[in-house]
Amino acid sequence: MEETMFIDPQRCIGCRACVSACRECSTHKGYSMIFVDYIDRAETTATMPTVCMHCTEPTCALVCPADAIKMNEDGVVMSALKPRCLDCRNCVNACPFGVPKYNTAMHLQMKCDMCYDRTSEGLKPMCASVCPTGAISFGKYEQIVPLRRTKPVNAHVFGNQRVETKVYLMLPTDETEVTVDGCGVFEGKVAVGEKTAESWMDTQVEESDKSNEF
Amino acid sequence: MSKVDNLEKIIEQFGPHLHDAPDGGWQADRTIDKVVPTHCPYCGMQCGLNLLVEKNKVVGFEPRYDFPVNEGRLCPKGVTAYLQTHHPDRLLYPLIKRNGEFQKASWDEALDLIVEKFKELQAKNGKDSIAVYSGSSLTTEKTYLVGKFARVGLQTKFIDYNGRLCMASAAAGNNKAFGVDRAANPWSDIPHAEVLIIAGANCAETFPIINGFLWNQRDNGGTWIVIDPRETPTARQGDLHLQLKPGTDVAVTNGILNVLINENLIDEEFIKNRTNDWEATREMALNYPPEIASEISGVPAEKIIQAARLYGKAKTGMILHARGIEHHSNGTENVLSYINIVLATGKIGAKGRGYGTITGQGNGQGGREHGQKADQLPGYRSILNPEHRKYIAGVWGIDEAELPEAGVSAVEVFQKMREGEIKGLLSICSNMMVSLPDTNKVRESLEGLEFNVCIDFFMSESSRYADVVLPGTTWAEDEGTTTNGEGRVIKINKAIDPPGDAREDWWIVQEIARRMGRGKYFQFNSPREIFDELRVASKGGKADYYGITYEKIEKQNGVFWGCPTLEHKGTPRLFEEKFAHDDGKAKFHPIEFKGAKETPDEEFPLILTTGRVVYQYLSGNQTRRIGFLVQQCPEPYVEIHPETALKLKINDGEKVKVVSRRGEGVFPALIVRTIRRDTIFIPYHWGEELAANQLTNPALDPTSKIPEFKACAAKIEKIHSRELPILGKGRKGASLSEVQRGK
Repeated sequence: MEETMFIDPQRCIGCRACVSACRECSTHKGYSMIFVDYIDRAETTATMPTVCMHCTEPTCALVCPADAIKMNEDGVVMSALKPRCLDCRNCVNACPFGVPKYNTAMHLQMKCDMCYDRTSEGLKPMCASVCPTGAISFGKYEQIVPLRRTKPVNAHVFGNQRVETKVYLMLPTDETEVTVDGCGVFEGKVAVGEKTAESWMDTQVEESDKSNEF
Repeated sequence: MSKVDNLEKIIEQFGPHLHDAPDGGWQADRTIDKVVPTHCPYCGMQCGLNLLVEKNKVVGFEPRYDFPVNEGRLCPKGVTAYLQTHHPDRLLYPLIKRNGEFQKASWDEALDLIVEKFKELQAKNGKDSIAVYSGSSLTTEKTYLVGKFARVGLQTKFIDYNGRLCMASAAAGNNKAFGVDRAANPWSDIPHAEVLIIAGANCAETFPIINGFLWNQRDNGGTWIVIDPRETPTARQGDLHLQLKPGTDVAVTNGILNVLINENLIDEEFIKNRTNDWEATREMALNYPPEIASEISGVPAEKIIQAARLYGKAKTGMILHARGIEHHSNGTENVLSYINIVLATGKIGAKGRGYGTITGQGNGQGGREHGQKADQLPGYRSILNPEHRKYIAGVWGIDEAELPEAGVSAVEVFQKMREGEIKGLLSICSNMMVSLPDTNKVRESLEGLEFNVCIDFFMSESSRYADVVLPGTTWAEDEGTTTNGEGRVIKINKAIDPPGDAREDWWIVQEIARRMGRGKYFQFNSPREIFDELRVASKGGKADYYGITYEKIEKQNGVFWGCPTLEHKGTPRLFEEKFAHDDGKAKFHPIEFKGAKETPDEEFPLILTTGRVVYQYLSGNQTRRIGFLVQQCPEPYVEIHPETALKLKINDGEKVKVVSRRGEGVFPALIVRTIRRDTIFIPYHWGEELAANQLTNPALDPTSKIPEFKACAAKIEKIHSRELPILGKGRKGASLSEVQRGK
């Protein structure tokens, strides 16, 4: 598959058509694998869609103790294999983009697999099909990039970790990498356990984990 | 008399309840019996989509990549639209209100009761004591039939429709300037315009799919000038934002025209050859130098100059507008003042050179053409014109003298109910308790009726007041045509049979007419037969549908009217050679600035403007029942600028009381820097105590009778309560800042 996804955040209008359409995939059982967030609604109407970036060396797969997360021959990182998934949530916590979610009801990690059931039949993924503006596009590099005034970037630096992805972010600058300074961004926002937890399990899933569940 | 005393019980019975999965739940292995290509039921884009049908139930959708307007793209309303069809709130049988409670009835019981009451009222008070109030989310066939039903079936002059609340002022302005009312260009022209002026149109939330065209224009190197009191997603994405005070469009447009004249950016040749009345408009514009325009509108003079230069110097350009400039007591003038800029620069009638209002309702265009408007007959004919009357009377097989005179507009119809002139009502496809201004007065109108019938497929805030509620069909259960915002006639296809005892709206209307003894004028067996009569009725009119057939629509992916003959392919672009006035020329109109009817004062220091969110459609009767949409936007809120909030000591998320001269409501504050300091905004899709329209001003535009939804004076009061702060509901995807402040 030569096609991939192109995420162009400046085109995003925050309508969440992608979120609603993702639910329609018959294997998702109504859960959406895509997230659209306001950046800071107090200041701006800007929004940002997040899909799986399909890393060339996926952190989620690297930290999986059960080897449940596989990459297919097209470089698409698949959802955890149900028989193997241990419910450990390593992937949920490790992904630098915050993409995989843990589904408590189904005892399974779930994430975007670029609509493998559709793309393998030559159809566009649901989110890229419905996106009104092209903020999420699916196609070949040489078809999409020349049409845009934004530049494709697929290298992300998170502190000491450099990640290359199959999915491109389209940016209005000439940057070749996206750099996220982890320390500064999260300072003061990480929950520190002042509350008395009811059990060690609760401590484990306090704050950060719970927000990553369906 | 139809008061609502047991609201809780009605809500328990009929909703709105949230429903969020296809019939039978989310299933991986469905056997799809058929895939039905059709269109979205919501806004004027009328996007193509495929409905997936399993055992006579719509269980999902699939993008319709081959339809040229949207090529598969949809907004979240379109994606979830199919969830309406088997919603547990669906009305499945006729209801008669007895002792304040809705009770199940048979069609015969319900229809006979209606006819008995209507006949009684008309015998006692005259034919005009009954009004018909319709909507533009119906197919064109139905809107045509409703117009005929009022005049021939009930023989009343009182018919009007909710398009009056939509773009009536744009229609009036277009007719005055161009001689016809339709978007001048197909949307496929947008990417070819160097500069777009987008005025009072939050395209991102109200017509998400048009954004595809807008961004293609951007990809081609184009720029957007956005004129809006709020920094909407569209304004944020634009190149130049003129953040004007609500109701001051004329100052901005006259300021732009002033710069165009002074910097010689006008097209003298075009003005001379193709327009009339320029001189008076030119003189008028000279009184609006950018400094004066800036003083009135609050837009910096440099931005007005910059906008004028960008648009004036470009070879191609288009102006698109929507409700933001139209919902004003001088709405028609606002529209005409934008058209003045179009005509002065000659940017119309060619690829990438154009103009248009973006119609809001699904069939906002088709629904305003064929006679459900108070003074109108099919094909954009006038009920005041003797020749037009004669032609339509001939088509309908009645004597011209039998055809009633013109009625009155939507807001006035409800006023006449309060005055006692109108005693009975049949409403269809409308939720007046949400959509009309000053809802407390609307409630009074409905409560005072002697007999009130409502046709809908969900129990709306308005149908609660009815004596009889008849279950109609959703768009997936019937066929017919609609005309989208660019004038393209498209075909809605039937996917499933109506559930329960629900019946097609055209059958219902026709059945009432038959039982009123007017059956010989209503012999239709299918929408196609209605369409065929409509084609003849519109023949020779300005909106000529004669050459349009269901087959041609299918073959061409829609047909743009006018299409006068069977061989004609339709008219995607208007005004290439001439305008629709008799002399073929367009008209300038000198427009002086007047402003909103109600402006801020000491007691009400803020300007309240209303609008929409992407997750809800119009009065919300369909969308406030879909779980996904409600989760994203569960309730209305009031946008306040942080500096204004600071003065009033209001925190983000805190519930505050918003008060106008007409009413008050409690809304959580959304404190955002994206709105002007002197302006507040509330989305209007909700009813009862959540209705923004409790506050709005029913002042009417004298020409088009559109009410002033977009500007009135208001104040905000802090609520003093022991349980402070009382917060609004959480929203999905709220930003971290919102969540933290809300805590």
